[in-house]
Formats: sequence, C-alpha cells, structure tokens
Amino acid sequence: MKRCLGNIFQLGIKELFSLRYDPVMLFLIVYMFSFSVMEEAQNATTGVVNAAVAIVDEDRSQLSRRIGDALLQPQFQPPVAITVDEINASMEAARYTFVIDIPPGFQADLMAGRPTVIQLNVDATAMGLAGTGAAYIQQIISEELSAFLNSDRGVEPLAVVDIVTRARFNPNLEATGFQGAMALTNNITMMAILLTGAALIREREHGTIEHLLVMPLRPVEIILAKVWANGLVVILAATLSLYLVIQGALGAAIIGSIPLYIFVTVVYLFSVTSLGIYLATLARSMPQFGLLAMIVFVMMLLLSGAHTPLESMPVPLQMIMQLVPSTHFVSMAQAVLFRDASVAVIWPNLLATVAIGALFFSAALLRFRKTVTLTQV
Amino acid sequence: MKIIARVAELSHRYKNSVALDDVALEIPAGRMAGLIGPDGVGKSTLLALIAGVRKIQYGSVQVLGRDMHRGLNRMVVGPRIAYMPQGLGRNLYMTLSVFENVDFFGRLFGHSKAQRAWRIHELLAATGLAPFADRPAAKLSGGMKQKLGLCCALIHDPDLLILDEPTTGVDPLSRRQFWQLIERIRGRREGMSVIVATAYMDEAERFDWLVAMDAGKVLASGTPAELKSRAGSDSLEAAFISLLPVEKRGRHQAVTIPPRQAQSGDAAIEADGLTRRFGEFVAVDRVSFRIERGEIFGFLGSNGCGKTTTMKMLTGLLPSSAGEARLFGQLADAREVDLRRRVGYMSQAFSLYSELTVRQNLALHARIFQLPRSQIEARVMEMVERFGLTEVIDELAEKLPLGVRQRLSLAVAVIHGPEMLILDEPTSGVDPVARDQFWQLLVQLSRDEGVTIFISTHFMSEAERCDRISLMHAGRVLAQDTPPALIKARGANNLEEAFIDYLEEAAGDNVVEAETPPQLPAQHGASQPRPRNAAFDPRRGWAYARRESLEIARDPIRIAFALLGPIILMIAFGYGITFDVEDIDYAVLDRDQTPESRQYLENFAGSRYFKQGPPLHDYRALDDRLRKAQLTFAIEIPPGFGKAIKRGRQPEVGIWLDGTVPFRAETARGYIFGVHQSYLEQQLRSEPGHSRQAAPVTIETRFRYNQDFKSVYSIVPGTIMMLLIWIPAMMTAAGVVREKEMGSITNFYATPVSGLEFLLGKQFPYIIIALINFATLVLLAVVLFEVPIKGSGAALLAGGLLYVIATTGLGLLMSSFMKTQIAAIFGTAIITTVPAISFAGLFAPVASLTPGAQVFAQIFPSSYFQQISLGTFTKSLGFESLLFNFAMIALLSFIYLVLGLTLLKRQEQ
Repeated sequence: MKRCLGNIFQLGIKELFSLRYDPVMLFLIVYMFSFSVMEEAQNATTGVVNAAVAIVDEDRSQLSRRIGDALLQPQFQPPVAITVDEINASMEAARYTFVIDIPPGFQADLMAGRPTVIQLNVDATAMGLAGTGAAYIQQIISEELSAFLNSDRGVEPLAVVDIVTRARFNPNLEATGFQGAMALTNNITMMAILLTGAALIREREHGTIEHLLVMPLRPVEIILAKVWANGLVVILAATLSLYLVIQGALGAAIIGSIPLYIFVTVVYLFSVTSLGIYLATLARSMPQFGLLAMIVFVMMLLLSGAHTPLESMPVPLQMIMQLVPSTHFVSMAQAVLFRDASVAVIWPNLLATVAIGALFFSAALLRFRKTVTLTQV
Repeated sequence: MKIIARVAELSHRYKNSVALDDVALEIPAGRMAGLIGPDGVGKSTLLALIAGVRKIQYGSVQVLGRDMHRGLNRMVVGPRIAYMPQGLGRNLYMTLSVFENVDFFGRLFGHSKAQRAWRIHELLAATGLAPFADRPAAKLSGGMKQKLGLCCALIHDPDLLILDEPTTGVDPLSRRQFWQLIERIRGRREGMSVIVATAYMDEAERFDWLVAMDAGKVLASGTPAELKSRAGSDSLEAAFISLLPVEKRGRHQAVTIPPRQAQSGDAAIEADGLTRRFGEFVAVDRVSFRIERGEIFGFLGSNGCGKTTTMKMLTGLLPSSAGEARLFGQLADAREVDLRRRVGYMSQAFSLYSELTVRQNLALHARIFQLPRSQIEARVMEMVERFGLTEVIDELAEKLPLGVRQRLSLAVAVIHGPEMLILDEPTSGVDPVARDQFWQLLVQLSRDEGVTIFISTHFMSEAERCDRISLMHAGRVLAQDTPPALIKARGANNLEEAFIDYLEEAAGDNVVEAETPPQLPAQHGASQPRPRNAAFDPRRGWAYARRESLEIARDPIRIAFALLGPIILMIAFGYGITFDVEDIDYAVLDRDQTPESRQYLENFAGSRYFKQGPPLHDYRALDDRLRKAQLTFAIEIPPGFGKAIKRGRQPEVGIWLDGTVPFRAETARGYIFGVHQSYLEQQLRSEPGHSRQAAPVTIETRFRYNQDFKSVYSIVPGTIMMLLIWIPAMMTAAGVVREKEMGSITNFYATPVSGLEFLLGKQFPYIIIALINFATLVLLAVVLFEVPIKGSGAALLAGGLLYVIATTGLGLLMSSFMKTQIAAIFGTAIITTVPAISFAGLFAPVASLTPGAQVFAQIFPSSYFQQISLGTFTKSLGFESLLFNFAMIALLSFIYLVLGLTLLKRQEQ
C-alpha cells in the first residue's frame, strides 16, 4: 500500500514537471481561468440587456414621448423612432427586437376615456430576451400610464392587491457573478478532460507509457497519478480564478462557503478527470481525442444546466444528463456559491458524482492495457 | 565537369541549432552524388534547400543553372526536380493504394488519362510493384514503400533526382534491389543526376562522387577512392572517422568482444511458437528461440518484420495470440510485477521524458524500482559517471544529441541492476562513433556482469558482434545461429550476403517483390509532356480534391465525426436548449386562509406555467426549500389579507424568488406579474362600482414569427448555423494541418501545384461533406423537430451553400498558421464557438450586442447565416429580404481565401 502511494506520488510529480514544459497547455490554463471567465461573465447571452427597441409614434403627444423616455439603459437601448412602413422590413432584418406602435390620437382617447390600443411587436425568435423583455415593456407602459393619469387627476386609485417581489440569495438579480461562476464551472470541466486525456495520449504517442508498463507499476497507479496531478493544477487555477477574477476583478458577491465549493470541485475533479482518461483510452491519436473530447465537452457545456435550466429539457434528456457528472457539479456550484447550501443539502449530488466517477475510472482501467498498443499516428 | 547544383555561403539555422554553417559545394551533373555523415549534420537540410522545398535563409543555391531564391525560377525548375524526403513513405498517402499514390502524382504533373495509365504500368512493372497495385501503402514493407516513393518521384521524368536516406531501415535485399533499380533508370535516362544522402558507408562506396559532412560543415568531397586515399584507410567508414575533428575522434576505439564464458543454468529467455496476429495480419508467426544467461542475442531484420512485436510480447506489453514466452522460467505476463524488476527495456524510439532532466529521469526510475531511498543519489551518480553523462546531468533530455540520449536510455534501463536487457534498435540513427561507444557499454554489461542482452538491429556490423543472431523476415525466423556459422552455411563472404541469400530463398516461395521484368520497356520520350506552367490548372486542384476525398472516405473516425457528429449534436441541442417556461415550481405560504386568499391563489394554480408544491407553514420551510432548489418562488399571503380587500385597504402579497439564476428569476417574475395583472382585471370587471376606472388602454403584444413563443422554432435554425461553422471549419483546418504533421505537405512544396489549386482542392471535399451535413440538419429540423420552412427554400439552400464555402474557407485560413492537428481542432473550435454562440444572434440578437461584440458578429459569417436560416425557416422570408446577408457571406469567403493564400507557405521555413 505504502509502495503504491509512493509510486502514485512520484508519477504525479513527474506529470507536473511535464506540464511545466508545455507552453500551449499553460497558456490555455491561464486563458481559460482568467480572460475567458471575464469575457463570458460580462457578455450576457440571456436576460434583457441592451435590447434594441423602436417606437412608431403616430401620436406625438406628451404621453407618447413619456413612454419612449421610460425605456432605460441598461435593459434597453435608447428607442429609435421609425415609421409604420419600416416596421416589417426592420424586424425582418432583426434590427429591433421590440417595436412599440402608439396610434394617432392616443393621449386624447385616453383622456376622453375611449378605449385605445398600443401595439407591442416582439421578435419572438429572440428567445433569450423576447419573453422577459415584453413583460418589462408592458409593465413600464402600464406604470407610465397610471402615473400620467394620476398626476392628471390628482387621485390615487388603489389596485385591489399590491405585489412585492424579493429575490432571495441575489436581491438585485445581478447576472455577472452567476455567469462568471458558470463559465468557471464549464472551464473546469474542459481543462480537466483536456489535461488528463492529452497527458495520457502524449505518453502513448511518445512511447513513455510502454516504459511505465514494463516497470513494477500497475495501471491503477498510473491513472491515479494523472488524476491527482492534473486535478491539482485545475483546482489551484480554479481557486485563484474564484478569488481573483470572480470576486476580485468582477466584484461578484458570493454568499456561500468557498472552502465547501473547493471541496465539491475536488470531488468533481476525480469524476471528470476519470472521464478524460476514459475518453483517451477510446481514441487512437491526439486528433481523434480532440474530436471526441470536443463533442463530449460541448454536450456537457450546453446541457448540464449552466446555460439553460435543466427543468426545461425533455424528461428523458434530463434523466440521461443525471448520468453526466457536470450536471451534478453545476447544480452543486449554484447551491453552494449562491444559496449558501451546506453538505446536508448537496449530499445526493456529491454521492452521484463519486459514483459516476468510480464508473468512468473502472472503465478506463479496464481499457487501459488494451489501448496502449493501439496508438496510430 | 558540368555542375547540376552550386551552393555558396549557405547557412541555415533552426531555433536552437545550426544545421548548415557556411557551406560551399559544386555537385557534378550526370553522376550519382552521395552525402555521407551521421544523423543531424545537415544533410537533409542541404537536400531540401537544393530541391527548393525549404526556404533559403543565408547564401545562394543554384540548381540547373537557376537561382532557387526566386519563386519564378522555382516554378520553372521545379518540374525538372524530383524529391523524396527522409522517412519510410514520408511523401506517400498511407490509406491510398499503390496505384492511387502514383496516379495522384501523375495528375499533379498534368498527365492525361492515357499517359498516366501507361506510365504507371511501366513504373510499377519496373519496380516489381505491379502485383500489389491495389494494396494500401500502409500495408507495404519498408522496401516496397521506398520503391513506391521512387515511382511517385519518377513519374514526370526528372532531370535531377534527390533522395534523402532512401534505404534507412530497409532490409538488405530490398536495399540491393533499390540500387539496382536506380542503376537501370539511370541507364535508361542518360544524363539524369542523382543526389543521395545515406548513413550506410557500404552504399556510399558505390557512388561516383561523395560529400562527407559533419556538424553543418563539409569535411571533404571527391570520389570514394580519393576520400579513402586521403585518409589512408581502406574502408570508407574508417576514412570518415579519420576525417572527423580530433576531439570527436578521440574517444573512439574499436569494439572488441571477449569470448563468452559458457554459463550453466536454465535459459534466460525461452520463446515457443510465439505468434501475434492483428486482425488478419500475422505480425509474428511461430517464433521460437532460447537465449542463455549472459548471452548477447541479436535480432536482425528490416522495419516491420516483427522484431518489435516479438520484443513487446517478451516484456508483457502485448499479449501473444498463440505460443508462450518464459523469462527466467516464468511466463511473461503483464501482471507479473516482480518479474519486471529483473528486466530492463529500451524501446525503439526514445521514450524517456524529454521534458525532464537527465538527473530527474534517472531518479524517477530509481524511485519507481524502489531502490532504497538512501542509495538513490549514489546510484544515480554511479550511472551518470559510467555512461558518461556527467556534463549533461542537469540538461533536459530533449536537448541531448541522439547518441547521448541513447546512452541515457540505457542508463535508465539498467539503473535497477536488471539481469536481462531487452533493447529494441537502440542504435538506429546514431552516428558510427557513438554507436561503438554504446556497444562498449553493452560488452561490459554482458561480459563483466553477466547480463543477458537481447538486442535488435538492422546494422550488419552490429549483428556480427552478437554471440548468436536470429534473422527475421515477414514475421518468421529464417535462420538462427552464430554469425560465422550462418555465413558458412550459405557459403557467403559476409553476413549481409548470407542474409540476402536467406531472404531470396524466403521470397522465392512467396513471390514477393523480387520479380522484375527482364527488359525495361522502351522509352516513350516523345509522348512525355512537359507540365504546363499555367498559374491555375483545374486538373491539379482536382487531383488534390480527389485524393483528399479518397483519404477521408477511408478514415472511419473522421467520417463518423463529420457525418454523425452534427446529427447527435443537433438532437441534443434541439431538445436540450430551450427557454420555454412550463411547470415552474412554487409553493404557497398562506397565513390568511380565507376565501379571498384562496381566490387569489387559484389564478396561479390554474396557470400552465406554474406547478404547485406542498404548501408551506413557516419561513424556515420557505427558506429551506428555496435553498434546496425545490422551489423557484414562493407566494406569501399576509394575515388579514381577506379583510383588507373587503375594506379596500390594498393588502400586499409577497413573492420570494430564487435569485441564483438571474435569467430564470426574471422570467418567472414576468409570468407572476402577468397572473397578478389578470387577477386585478378580473376583480375590476366583477365589481361594477369599479368598472369606469378600468384602464381603457389595451397593450396588444404580438409575438411575431413565432406566435406560440416556442424555443424550438428559433433554436433549431440557430443550431444549424452553429454546427455548420463549427464542424466544417474544424474538419478543414485539421485536414490541411494533418498534411503538415504527416509530412506529405512536402508534395505541395515539391510539385508544380499552386497555392490556389492546393487550397481549392483541399476545400472541395469538405464543402461536399458540409453540404451533406446541411441537408441532414434541414431534414432533421423539418421531420424530427417539426420546424417547417415557412420562407423560401431556395434561399435557404443558396445560403447554406455560401455559408459552408465561407466556413470551410475559415478552416483553411486557420490551418495556414496552425502547426498540429490538435491545435487546429481546439484553436478552430475556440475561435468559432464564441462568435457562433454569443455573437451570431442565437440567444440574444446582434442588435443588442455591445459595439465591440458587434465587430465580431461582422467578421464571422455566422451572424449573416443566422439571419438566413432564421429568416427562411421561421420568419417566412425570401431572397430579397436577405440580399445583404448573402452579399456579406460571399465577401467574407473571398476575404478568407485571399488571406489564406497570402499566409500559406510555399516552402518549408
């Protein structure tokens, strides 16, 4: 046992030395855990940010101008005035996501109590913001109308019931921290698969793996060495990224326990580095590994709940994704970092991560010896 | 004397080393000129510069009277030169058949179909390859690969033939046949000049004229006889060593081997009927031998004859298909960890960690072999001293010269004091001086320490030093005995002749390659076309396109990735990426429990967007379930809610949202407001007293293009956009870089194919694949996802075609500066993913991007095709509304092509 641990330790140290001389990988690690996280955090792809709006103001009244002025940044770009004839062409060209059409005589009709209609055209192909943005605009118009009527009449007609929303864990629905943390989560997955898988393929292509196998070493020791060494690199980079990039540069508020997050990441890294090794045993060369890892990674990136919520997917797909470790990691990362959840809350995910990891690890071990000789250039 | 190539003041540097150092040479025409010297002295660089394949750094090169500095001259002279780079089959395409390989070169030189058929027939017959015309190049033996390489080089009747170590790693019989072939060709084409680099001195003896090189400098030049007489020795090998500078020569001493003391005891290695099959191919066929302790046993044979496979079975790296091997009486088994302690192994290629220093490599192995911790340092120092590594102890292994590296490998193999060494071609590529030093170490280990040595080699001079040798060919052992006994048995003069004799006998009953036509067909010189030097010849582009298609068709992994990858991803994305809101989980904390509160809550319970969970009873439960993500929001009704409504005192309903995922919280909030609003309207309508105050304004929201507001109508067209940039660009980039990695890019440098022909030829098959992808994806969209094409199908088709031309063009552009396939795959993926996902309008429209991000949207074709795809599928648009997008994609394709052409290197740097 002691001998075994000694071997794992020695081989792992060797992995770290090897990595030190791989400038491409080092660059990728730095890039993925700094600029890439920043960039993704700041360029939101969902939510109402900077939406393009146009107004067809056929009324040109005080009220219609007031509605236009009420659409504010950062949710909306300053509305552009267009004519009725331009609506179709400009929406077809996707220049505006929302076009508000205020009919002629609108203010007068309202004052006179005559029913009138404001038309809100929404480009419903802009999935990320059409729904929420339309709700916002409706709310903003309603508020402007009642404010206008009230200031005019001097009375305050009460709605029957008032509604107050408060967001727990993230009162201002600040997206930067969340997007940054999700970018970090994805990059942990990618780098863990890439580092371990490439480390194994490289040893195979250089023939050093044969060298290891003629020494008194067992495959399990070789795999575990790669798991701990590459996992260590990722966890260090991720921790730094969390403190320096997400909390530091992005100034995101993290209410949960960072040590617990790191612990969760360590558990996850066992799982995902094992997956990386397993993929490497399936591929015969570095390019094949690249293609394979790419497909697996993109599926994990888009389907594990970091980009779109898991609950919206078809149930069979949700069930399949339960077998993928990143799904559990994403859900644990959200819980721990943003809801301050404790182990008592996340243990089922933790357990699943370990179980899936053990599965990949065993599969990698079974294939390991067989694939050593499969290398082709 | 006519001069074929004249070189003056020629110097060439690589990053860390000088390959050529102020070389001046005049190589005579119409002769067989040889470049001799060990590996890494600049022979290959010199040949590549003469061939015009590598870019000249300093100095001048004149070939056939033209200055090779100028691209125009290279265009003129190029078709008169043929170049065969170093490495077995380096310029061949391994998945293509013999015929297809030669045919490809014929097409590059613009030969007509009839010309090709006739010339290929002639060449294959002359080289004895005719019976194997349909065999893939990968399945040829080393000798046959080299002959095929020669066919490819000779298809256009060159005036100058440049061969870079054409016989390294080839068995002696094939080598002899190869030189006979060259002789015949020279006899036929008088005046053809040949320049050959070789590491075999016996070959060089037969050349007309020689250049001896060392460390980037010319040591001497002249006929073999002149060189020998200058050095005063009778062998060229000795002459070469005496030409070396004193400090290099100093260490050299001839290897002498003391006779072996016969040892008693059981055998060190015993193999019995050892067999290994790979599919149908039998790599090792019933091999048996017995090696005694302390013996030096040589394994002799060409590349690919089964030596390495046999050795791997002995070490337990490969399981045998039949038969068994015993080491020290124990079965060689992968699981026998203890046996491995008694064996040292050196694999064929250098297989230590090149990124570790000499000391680190030695210490790592010492630790893994569990030498006692206190002894490791001493043992490492002992090895360093004994193997002459003291000066380089802290150097990285990758910085060491080949000879020193091999000594390090041997040091590593013996650090644990094994009783047996298995060495797989340890001296291949090592210069003669270093080889002799290496053998001195082996002799010490064997004779002084009684270590059994099992060594494979293809050098006859090394084989002669072994106690016994085994001659191997095509997986079988031909003969096995002491070298003198083998020579005697065949009545030969030396071991090489004896081996050739055995090989010919083996080939006799096998009809392998020895067959050559008795008479070469007459030369059809008149029909030989001079290649057209047109700037653009579609036939050459087509040659590349055709070859690329054949290669892809024979690579199941690439085909699978290219054709199935998009389908799998489309299904995953189409179902997986959705913004549709249904069944948002919520729960109620009703602290009023009156008919009024229940009436308010009914509106939520009745909405298809929400799904109610068990009611909450206190704040703790509320917080707990939010924390566990069991709820997206909770509704809190305050006590006295009902009473407050009745008295008109506007009660306040509290909504608690889970704010973790901001987008989701915002969406939920929007729907909550909607339900709340409709409750208010209900109340107003039901109470006649309030009706006059009802807001007379209706906000009529029209969800255009996608009335049901379903994600699938937007995500599916977007996914087509994403996959059609991602996969075609990646495939194309990897396709070109693959040639760089495999070395076949040399054919681009060495043949008259132009950059445009090369790029368009390479791009064409990928456009076809991408169009197949496009058709499959559209079909999936319509049939599986039921997303109809509401607009113009023709516009979609035209857009798809333009788009894949642009995206494959982008891949070509990427490949022009990527060096490895893995970099091409990841680099292209990273570069294309972000613009496709974030900046093309997949989730958020381009119009709402920041100005900086909009620049990205504009320089990638994705944002324009997104308009076309979304427009034709969902927005019911036709050509006229999308014209701008078509124009932009076409413009970008053109820009990519021009940039790719500019960046594409016409020569090796």
